[in-house]
Amino acid sequence: MTAVDVERLSVQFHGRGGPVVAVDEVTLSVPPGSVVGLVGESGSGKSTLARAIVGLVPPVGGSVRIDGVDLGTLSPAARRRARRPVQMIFQDPNSSLNPRMTVGAALTEALGVRERAGRGRAVRDGEVAELLDLVTLDHRVAASYPRELSGGQRQRVAIARALAVRPDVLICDEVTSALDASVTGAILNLLRDLRRQLGLSILFISHNLAVVRYASDQIGVMHHGRIVEFGDAETVVRSPEHPYTRALLDAVPRLGGADASTAVP
Amino acid sequence: MVSLATPVPAGFTDRHPTAAFLIRRTARMILLLLVLLVLSFAMIHLVPGDPVRAELGPRAPASAVEQRQAELGLDQPLHEQFADYVSGLFTGDLGISSTSKLPVSEVIAERLPDSARLAGIAFVVIMLLSLTIGMGAAVLTKDGRHSGSELAFTTTTGFFATIPEFVLGVALVYFLGVQLQAFPVAYEPGVAAYVLPVAALSIGPIAALSRIVRVETLEVLNADYMRTARSKRLPARLTYLRHALPNLLTSTLTLGGLLLAGLVGGTVLVENVFAWPGLGTTVVESVVAQDYALAQAVMLLLGATVLVINLVVDLILGLVDPRSTIKEL
Amino acid sequence: MSQRGLARAALRTPTGVLALAGVVLLTVLAVVAPMIWGDAARTPDVEHLLEGGSAEHPLGTDNIGRDLLARTLVATRLSLVLAVLTVLVGAGIGVPLGALPTVLGRRSARAAAAVTDLALAYPALLLAIFLGVILGAGPEAAVLALGIASAPAFARLTQTLAASVAGSDYIAAAHVLGLSRRRILFRHVLPNIAEPIILNVTVAIGYALLAMSGLSFLGLGVQAPSYDWGRLLTESLDRIYVAPEAALGPCIAIVVAGLAFNGLGESLAKAASTRTSYARPPAAPAGSRLAATLPVADDVPAADEPVLVVEGLTVTFPTADGAITPVRGISFTVGDGERVGIVGESGSGKSLTALSLARLVPHPGTVSADRVEFLGRELSGVRSTDRDRVLGTSMAMVFQDTTTSLNPALRIGVQLSEVAEVHGELRRSDARRRAVERLRAVRLSGPERRLKQFPHELSGGMRQRVMIAVGLMGEPRLIIADEPTSALDVTVQQQILRLLKEIGDETGASCLLITHDIAVATELCDRILVMYAGRIVEDIDAARLWKGPAHPYTRALLAAVPDLETDRSVELASIPGRPPDVADLPAGCAFAPRCAFATEQCRQEAPPLRIDETDSHRVACWHPQEGSVVTHQARVETEAR
Repeated sequence: MTAVDVERLSVQFHGRGGPVVAVDEVTLSVPPGSVVGLVGESGSGKSTLARAIVGLVPPVGGSVRIDGVDLGTLSPAARRRARRPVQMIFQDPNSSLNPRMTVGAALTEALGVRERAGRGRAVRDGEVAELLDLVTLDHRVAASYPRELSGGQRQRVAIARALAVRPDVLICDEVTSALDASVTGAILNLLRDLRRQLGLSILFISHNLAVVRYASDQIGVMHHGRIVEFGDAETVVRSPEHPYTRALLDAVPRLGGADASTAVP
Repeated sequence: MVSLATPVPAGFTDRHPTAAFLIRRTARMILLLLVLLVLSFAMIHLVPGDPVRAELGPRAPASAVEQRQAELGLDQPLHEQFADYVSGLFTGDLGISSTSKLPVSEVIAERLPDSARLAGIAFVVIMLLSLTIGMGAAVLTKDGRHSGSELAFTTTTGFFATIPEFVLGVALVYFLGVQLQAFPVAYEPGVAAYVLPVAALSIGPIAALSRIVRVETLEVLNADYMRTARSKRLPARLTYLRHALPNLLTSTLTLGGLLLAGLVGGTVLVENVFAWPGLGTTVVESVVAQDYALAQAVMLLLGATVLVINLVVDLILGLVDPRSTIKEL
Repeated sequence: MSQRGLARAALRTPTGVLALAGVVLLTVLAVVAPMIWGDAARTPDVEHLLEGGSAEHPLGTDNIGRDLLARTLVATRLSLVLAVLTVLVGAGIGVPLGALPTVLGRRSARAAAAVTDLALAYPALLLAIFLGVILGAGPEAAVLALGIASAPAFARLTQTLAASVAGSDYIAAAHVLGLSRRRILFRHVLPNIAEPIILNVTVAIGYALLAMSGLSFLGLGVQAPSYDWGRLLTESLDRIYVAPEAALGPCIAIVVAGLAFNGLGESLAKAASTRTSYARPPAAPAGSRLAATLPVADDVPAADEPVLVVEGLTVTFPTADGAITPVRGISFTVGDGERVGIVGESGSGKSLTALSLARLVPHPGTVSADRVEFLGRELSGVRSTDRDRVLGTSMAMVFQDTTTSLNPALRIGVQLSEVAEVHGELRRSDARRRAVERLRAVRLSGPERRLKQFPHELSGGMRQRVMIAVGLMGEPRLIIADEPTSALDVTVQQQILRLLKEIGDETGASCLLITHDIAVATELCDRILVMYAGRIVEDIDAARLWKGPAHPYTRALLAAVPDLETDRSVELASIPGRPPDVADLPAGCAFAPRCAFATEQCRQEAPPLRIDETDSHRVACWHPQEGSVVTHQARVETEAR
């Protein structure tokens, strides 16, 4: 069981007029075995926060702790090892898989990262099949190239690849945003099943409040790089405190028509 | 650390993007010009061994060598030489050509106009024809219509675009000059003498450019904003002229700039085929004969011309297309 | 596997085959020609000096009697070798230069860009002069000059490729997995950029050949007694009047070589671009498709004074494997002041429906219908100014992508006022005034200022308001909005939907909203059409939607989309199987393969759209369901709208 703790994390980019703050002193915890949802609109910094946690962008301040160990205090090699239990799944099913590698090759490569991976070809193929079972994909998919699969299938392969290194924490960055509504449910159900089966914690990021609420135990609302509200999922949705949260809730299209009950101050 | 609560003050560059763009581009050109100056100056000094000996031959008497060295100013310290060089440029003193024994400025002044005329005429011909042919082909083959014409167009232009201008020149000299005796094959006064050299210079670029123009035009014609224009049910003339054409301006200008810069090399080749009394033949002579003063001057001239053309194109582009000024250097 | 596949694909075109043959021939000549004809090329024949073509010497002889045909063939080696060397120099400098920024970071990117710009500023000829003076005129100087001059092109290409690959998610995923840098470079980055670079190298060799011949022709390249094609051409030029055959050999050789390499590069490039795109799998045989497109008789609802009446609308696209029909005979009406939503997923045909109504279906699609009447007039038929005016003023279009739907080169004022100028025949000043009014009507701040601005100066939400304002420049009776808010943030989406509702209320215009989000449709619309695989499967009042739609697909869609009230302890419904492929539709109901209630009848016969109970509810199903979609809707309030 791994916990991810982020403390006063800040990330900056270079803009035309000077540094642009994308993440502004964010403190967040993903307790072991729980799902924390992060919701916000474009430019809120939620994706940047995720990328900072897995080390794709460098923070300019604050710390990321995995199982209590501050990553900043480690050597680069040690840091890479410490990060391994935290894996990420990206939004765009078109670019998250190497177009020149078959599904089987990609999964084998990911399996090779774990020291305990089996040596022989048969053992490796068996492990690939196991991964595909986990994400309920047909074994024959292993021989396919990404371009031959649908968006939903590609997302499942991306999930399988992340699972290959036996992570404890999955960061899902808008994983259903590019999928059709009918397929979204399947992916969300899959994540729910995997969480139960493997005891994963999940940081679930989306701009879709309804999806985040469904998938998460706790919700954080991000706006302009800051977390403006955080709490139990049901509470945040039923009794939001921050005006931005209320505006966000108000804006979610409702089946049956808009109602003016939650006015924006 | 700046938080989003603190507004970032907008500097001059944000308020006046166009002015900033003009300044940036001009400064860049000046920098490149300086580099060119240094390179052309350094040319003599980078020659392995003694350049004067190489020019005069191993058996030249020491006095002649010394005299030539003094002529070229090689006996002075380096920074003084450079100062002399630059000041010479401003006064028009570019040294003496060793092959013709004439002042370099005179040689250039005599030969430049013919080259400039040739290149200039070719440029106008190429631009007019490639734009017309390219846009016409785009309108004709839009949406996959007339696929036969498209194939013919692509094959013909592909073929002619690959033939280098000197080969084309030789072919024209033979077929139209020698066999049919339709046009003169060497320089003589009058318009007729320009026909073959201009044709040799133009045909390749026309073929290459009309392909590009066609592709660019198709891209514009298929763009979403053209669909919006069609949804407004505007008359066809307005749709093409007001909506399509301005978006073609950027690529056309860029092409024009590249073309003009590319004609510099082409003119040299064609002049050598047609014995044209322009700078083209001088260029080769100056290098082969190790005529440093002349080579320096020609290099400077060519380089400066290309740089100025690029700057003018950039500036016009910056004024015409507001989005390009935002892009960083 | 991929490299071989690429070569095979290139060989499918005649150009590819010819080009490849040419390149192979040249390579073979380069290797063997000096061995076979070397002597003939070297041996002087004093009895035949400066001769023209003859049986013994087909291309004639040179000034010491050497056979020119032999010399042309032998010159292949030097010409080719120099060209390859030039490209090696160019790529050797350019590729690392272009790869540097991606590997090292931002500041080195600037430096590399500066160096590239520097080299780009000076033409090859200039470098040839410079190096020719320093090193002496000859092939070394020429190769260096041409190589350095071609480096920037390679650098630019590499930089673009590396940047696009480096920014892609699979590289990020590889980093997160913890793969070593080496592995990422060799297994992920290089294979994805190597192919385009190799293609460019092929074309570059062609250009280098031509350029080098040019320099040799001038005398700045290969020097006597060596000879390449350019040199041979110079030597034979003086005699063109008397012995033109002498020039023929080098001329043909240069042109053939250029065509072969360029042609090969181009056909390889074309083959590569089709391969790595995420193309759909090949279509099924024609039989099944035919069955799916048989017309199915629908009930057409009656309505008084409808704004739009559509009967049997069909859109067809011809493809290499036969025709596909993304919209298969749909019928519906839009009443006066009514707001109708068309909901569907990818492949449903909803966007094409909207486009076909506005007569904007892209070529080569064709639209056919039994009846399309807008404001009582038939829309099909020949285009006329009269019809243009009606469509231009009474039918407004709002498109999805705000960055590309407005012309980036024109100011907003022009894009607004021209509608009034052309159709309303207003003067420029009056049209401008109206434009300002309309911008105010769409709640855009500072309307006068906006007239002078360009689209890129506005945000996505503001641009969408401008698009709506464009539609309002006439007197629209119908606003067709194709996914107008899909690219916008949810708070901005709320504003735009509210705006559309207000505009509808103020002007009495009807609205046809296309969306994939059923909740968005119920926010704005009175009635909802659900499309699946090119057919309307359900036509239902929005208020009745959550009471219980009848079609299994609509029910499944509602159950699969979580909203803020969804029971979090229960699994979400999802629809098994894949979305329909319009190129490969089954006979019978298109939803049958994924439907829990499908029977044999469903698989054989496509159900028509039939009126169910009341006039305002139509369903296309043999087994329409009843009852509310029980699983996740906890709400029971009715909202009067």
